[in-house]
Amino acid sequence: MSSEVRMAQDAGVAMDTQCIRAALADAGTRQTPAICFVDVMKSFGERHVQDHQTFSVQAGELFAIIGPSGTGKSVTLKLIAGLLRPDAGEVRVLGKTLSELSSKELSQLRRRIGFLFQGGALLGWKTLAENVALPLQEHGRLTANEIEARVQAALAEVGLKDAGELYPAEVSGGMLKRAAFARAIIENPEILLFDEPTSGLDPVMAYTIDSLVRKINRAHHAACVVVTHDMAGALRYADRIAFLKDGRFLIVDTPEAIRQSDLPEIQSFLNPEQTEVSHV
Amino acid sequence: MTIVQEREGGVVATFFAALGRSVQLMMLALLGLPWVLLRRDSRQTFSRQLYTIGIGTLPVATVVAMFTGMILTLQLGIAFKQFSQEIMVAYTLSFAMLREMGPFMTGIILASCVGSAMAAQLGTMKINEEIAALEMMSIDPVRFLVAPRMWAILIMAPLLSFYTCIVAFLGGATVGFTQLDVPFLQFVAEIVTVAEVKDLYVGLLKAALFGAFICTISCSVGFATTHGAAGVGASTRRAVIYSFLAILAGGYFVTRFFYVF
Ligand SMILES: Nc1ncnc2c1ncn2[C@@H]1O[C@H](COP(=O)(O)OP(=O)(O)O)[C@@H](O)[C@H]1O
Ligand SMILES: [Mg+2]
Repeated sequence: MSSEVRMAQDAGVAMDTQCIRAALADAGTRQTPAICFVDVMKSFGERHVQDHQTFSVQAGELFAIIGPSGTGKSVTLKLIAGLLRPDAGEVRVLGKTLSELSSKELSQLRRRIGFLFQGGALLGWKTLAENVALPLQEHGRLTANEIEARVQAALAEVGLKDAGELYPAEVSGGMLKRAAFARAIIENPEILLFDEPTSGLDPVMAYTIDSLVRKINRAHHAACVVVTHDMAGALRYADRIAFLKDGRFLIVDTPEAIRQSDLPEIQSFLNPEQTEVSHV
Repeated sequence: MTIVQEREGGVVATFFAALGRSVQLMMLALLGLPWVLLRRDSRQTFSRQLYTIGIGTLPVATVVAMFTGMILTLQLGIAFKQFSQEIMVAYTLSFAMLREMGPFMTGIILASCVGSAMAAQLGTMKINEEIAALEMMSIDPVRFLVAPRMWAILIMAPLLSFYTCIVAFLGGATVGFTQLDVPFLQFVAEIVTVAEVKDLYVGLLKAALFGAFICTISCSVGFATTHGAAGVGASTRRAVIYSFLAILAGGYFVTRFFYVF
């Protein structure tokens, strides 16, 4: 990248930052974003995984993050969840600055966040149904029958009606992912973070999950951040799409605008057959 | 307590940071007793751990204790026979086992059978992001995973230590009878007569302390696992080595505390 482009980008970032600061300062006129990154930096050794990253996601918005493997998509979600701390900059979630929270406050905030991990992260010694029931059991309030009913409903929604009694080691990767999906949404959180919810699923199931994401997003007015490789799916259901490369969003825009974009990286995701390997 | 953390600083700083975290981990796990007793989930983990720690290690413990008793008796017998003091063997065996060897062997067995398994399991959970998933569900991994293990090992280690002593005495009495011509019952009676209550309770306390060390070390090493399957292997090895060191050092200081001052 030429230094002029880099400087222009930095200037753009500085302006974005100011915009967001202003927006935060005066929440009366504009809605406080559910998620807000302000000039976030994160590196592992020499590798800059978040490089002056600034963006925000509104409540009720479905925000898709697309990008090549290993560019920091999962890290972005973990920063939102407070599982990783930024080297510099600020992450605000539901109006709270994560770095200012005590671990108790962070734990309380996390009850309002659902997270689907890339590998599912189900507990191996519990059945799928027990895994899905776990957050409800731990946070009390519901009776055993109510929990059972909610769990069965959630499992049915992800097409696992008859698989509840199986253990994670006994099911396929796709089933594991769907059970983990059910666990993430079981408490109707205000923020949903999905790390590749449809990878490893057949197209029909992927469509079902995509529709489910959209439905939950609309029904509960939840802010959803979906990391995906599935450009076609993202174009169909996302409100905005961000393309992450080298720790920065190359573009953040509506699906229509993304379709029109002539950035080579985007083109390569839209039409992989016409692309040389070098872009990805 | 936050499990997911990032490392920085030099070797000494890292060591003291790890030590501090381990002490904190131990305290939080001990304070987790109400959850262990009241939450169904933790109770299940607790009883599974009681079984693994207590019953699962019995075969190994039996063989190790039996042979330790036999070897000690044989060696002591050779020495004491020169002075025709064969019966002193029972006396020596009694306090060596109760004070030192019982808890020590229990510690070594628990570190290699149970501690390694704890580190491997928690390490794998860390690698698979299950620990992070627990934190996302606002479930404290320490109270959920460590507290049941801690209380199970605290209960089982002294029992296992006591069992080890008994088996070693029986092994010793057998050798006493076959090799040293001391009647079996006389050997056992001698052991019971010379055994002091203090030896017994200091030994049991030591075993409990070793159990707490093993659980704390193995769990904190497990939680600190990074770098995939190889990392789990490294954590397992580290957990066993650190536990051995803690058992040796801890054994010395407890003995000093109770018998020198
Ligand atoms: N905890 C970590 N420690 C060190 N490096 C990490 C860690 N997490 C992620 N990385 C590195 O950051 C980069 C981005 O990772 P990730 O966000 O998982 O990529 P992806 O976009 O495929 O989800 C990778 O190069 C990965 O090796
Ligand atoms: Mg990823």
